[in-house]
Amino acid sequence: MSITIEQRRQHRLMTIEKSLAKRHRQEKRFRRTGLAAVVTGMTLVAILFVSILIRGVPAFWQATIFVDVYFDPDVIQLEEKPQKVSGESQSAFEERYAAWQSQAGLVNWQALIDSALEDAIGDEVESRQLRDLRALVSSSERFALRNRFVEDPSLLGQTVELKMLASANVDVWIKGNIDRNLDDSRQQLSAQTRAWADQLYDDGIIKNAFSTALFLNTDSRSSPASAGLAGAFMGSLFMMMVVIMLSVPLGVASAIYLEEFAPKNRLTDLIEININNLAAVPSIVFGLLGASIFIGYLGLPLSAPLVGGLVLTLMTLPTIIIATRASLRSIPPSIRQAALGIGASRVQTVFHHVLPLALPGILTGSILGVAQALGETAPLLLIGMNAFVANVPGTPLEQSTALPVQIYLWQGNELRNFFEARTSAAIIVLLGLMLSLNALAIWLRKKFETRW
Amino acid sequence: MNTSAEPMTASPLVSVGSGESRTSKAKDKVKMSAEDVKVFYGNAQAINGIHLDIYENEVLAFIGPSGCGKSTFLRCLNRMNDTIDICRVEGKITLDKNDIYAPDRDVVLLRAQVGIVFQKPNPFPKSIYENIAYGPRLHGLARRKAELDDIVESSLRRAGLWDEVKDRLDQPGTGLSGGQQQRLCIARTVAVSPDVILMDEPCSALDPIATAKVEQLIDELSESYTIVMVTHNMQQAARVADRTAFFHLGDLVEVDSTDQIFTNPKDQRTHDYITGRFG
Repeated sequence: MSITIEQRRQHRLMTIEKSLAKRHRQEKRFRRTGLAAVVTGMTLVAILFVSILIRGVPAFWQATIFVDVYFDPDVIQLEEKPQKVSGESQSAFEERYAAWQSQAGLVNWQALIDSALEDAIGDEVESRQLRDLRALVSSSERFALRNRFVEDPSLLGQTVELKMLASANVDVWIKGNIDRNLDDSRQQLSAQTRAWADQLYDDGIIKNAFSTALFLNTDSRSSPASAGLAGAFMGSLFMMMVVIMLSVPLGVASAIYLEEFAPKNRLTDLIEININNLAAVPSIVFGLLGASIFIGYLGLPLSAPLVGGLVLTLMTLPTIIIATRASLRSIPPSIRQAALGIGASRVQTVFHHVLPLALPGILTGSILGVAQALGETAPLLLIGMNAFVANVPGTPLEQSTALPVQIYLWQGNELRNFFEARTSAAIIVLLGLMLSLNALAIWLRKKFETRW
Repeated sequence: MNTSAEPMTASPLVSVGSGESRTSKAKDKVKMSAEDVKVFYGNAQAINGIHLDIYENEVLAFIGPSGCGKSTFLRCLNRMNDTIDICRVEGKITLDKNDIYAPDRDVVLLRAQVGIVFQKPNPFPKSIYENIAYGPRLHGLARRKAELDDIVESSLRRAGLWDEVKDRLDQPGTGLSGGQQQRLCIARTVAVSPDVILMDEPCSALDPIATAKVEQLIDELSESYTIVMVTHNMQQAARVADRTAFFHLGDLVEVDSTDQIFTNPKDQRTHDYITGRFG
């Protein structure tokens, strides 16, 4: 008896059904793998962010001493602040003023702080304990006191409540970033200083206050507690200005030319391949190029944000060109034909129709390129931007450092238990800047998006 | 020109025979002329030496199977092929006896004289008003706002779109229906006041009702413009064209009055095509 048609049908269905189970298993396995990859990635990102936040956020609050400082006339023996008298030339006045300022620099400001701390502790401090006493407060505070007085000499003889940064080691001690049970030889502070710090903390004289120093000061080696990001921030800002002013117009213009006007031949093919290759060149190579051309050949100053900006411009250009070309290419050719068909020239077609439509993509690409440049560290190390700079740069030609480089420098600081938190705080600031740039990119894309 | 005043009442489903009255106005004055035109894409030849005269105020339809070169030839007439890098045109095409491929010929001026409407409606993603006003403004045809307003209104009226859109001129042109968009594109071309309007399968993306409207519009426009259109639809050629040209494999096989082509073609290939043997 031969197999009936019905039997064949059954057999065929069974074969398909068998393979079906396998196919479904494959699909499920693929979906699970994909989901697992996404979850793993997100978990790692979450761990990164959480650990940075846990370490960094406490650094925004810093041990600060709130004490009454008496501007003792016996200590501050100074002439009156010079005022300009009539008939005096500007240079003569400036000379007199400078002399007065250097006199002010010689005043023993530390003595004022010492007696203020002494009052706060409420105990006579012997002169051999002065070292322990001074270890409480950041060494930068005596200069802060001087500057305050030079600004306002009428403080003489008055008592003012001031907030002074506690030293970095006191901050570490109070926050418990050092093992409190270590024996004296392994502690950063003497037993006396530690006792005083605890006492002042219990009395509410030392408090964890919001650290303006982190934002307003430059880096500091002599007084780590006052080290801040102002210099690096300005340096990064100047570099970003240079990058935006150079790479965006250059990149967009070359992309428009290459995409819309350049003839398609071997030369333009070669240029296109080279641009794509440039985007893949390790950034440190651009640093070498910048060091040899901008500094070695053109003689531009070392450590200057201008040079940093130029190097980052070279690095960002390919990214912007590629993003702009992709954006231009995504505009349907029918728009170009429509404009050409009623007699617009090619330039008019591009600038009246294609460019406005491509703008969201161009802006997004440019901002992401600039954000990438903002976070770049390696090339800056090669042009001397890892130097220690104690001033806020006033122009792009002054020596400066940059935010990511500052993070790198703090990460390597020997005062680990203080700078670990400081580093994470700087990372938070940098990430905040990046996220706002990315948010701006998204906002601009939404704003200029046209549907057709 | 003697019959051009006669109302063109060709309804969408009119029979082939109605071309009769329209053919009589042709053979008047040569508007454009092609002499031994060859087109190459790289090394491949797409058009093999075409000779063709286009008369003033006629409607000339190009028919033929896909890939026969009719669109390519149409785009030569206002040099839209210039935008394709590998495209090369040989031979001579004249507009009012002036060579349009002459080295000193300005292609912008040419395209203001020979406008084009594409297969797929492609309004700018701007307002209806801006779609029409762009061309006249570009060429400086209107000095004042009022003049521009007039051009926009008259162009939309000519395209039979005015009543449908007059209350929403500031709305995006891309928000109109497909048929309205195509008429907007025709109005946009008309706004520049060209002598010749090229149409590259203007109805192939439209439904039958929108197609009927566009065909009626072509009929009306032929009073003032010379119209050259490519179509895949042989009934459409029969309905609107004064003359019809049959293209096959890069050759212009036959051109004659629409009547002749559809009732009494001279070439066997034309006969086979219109009777549906191939295509």
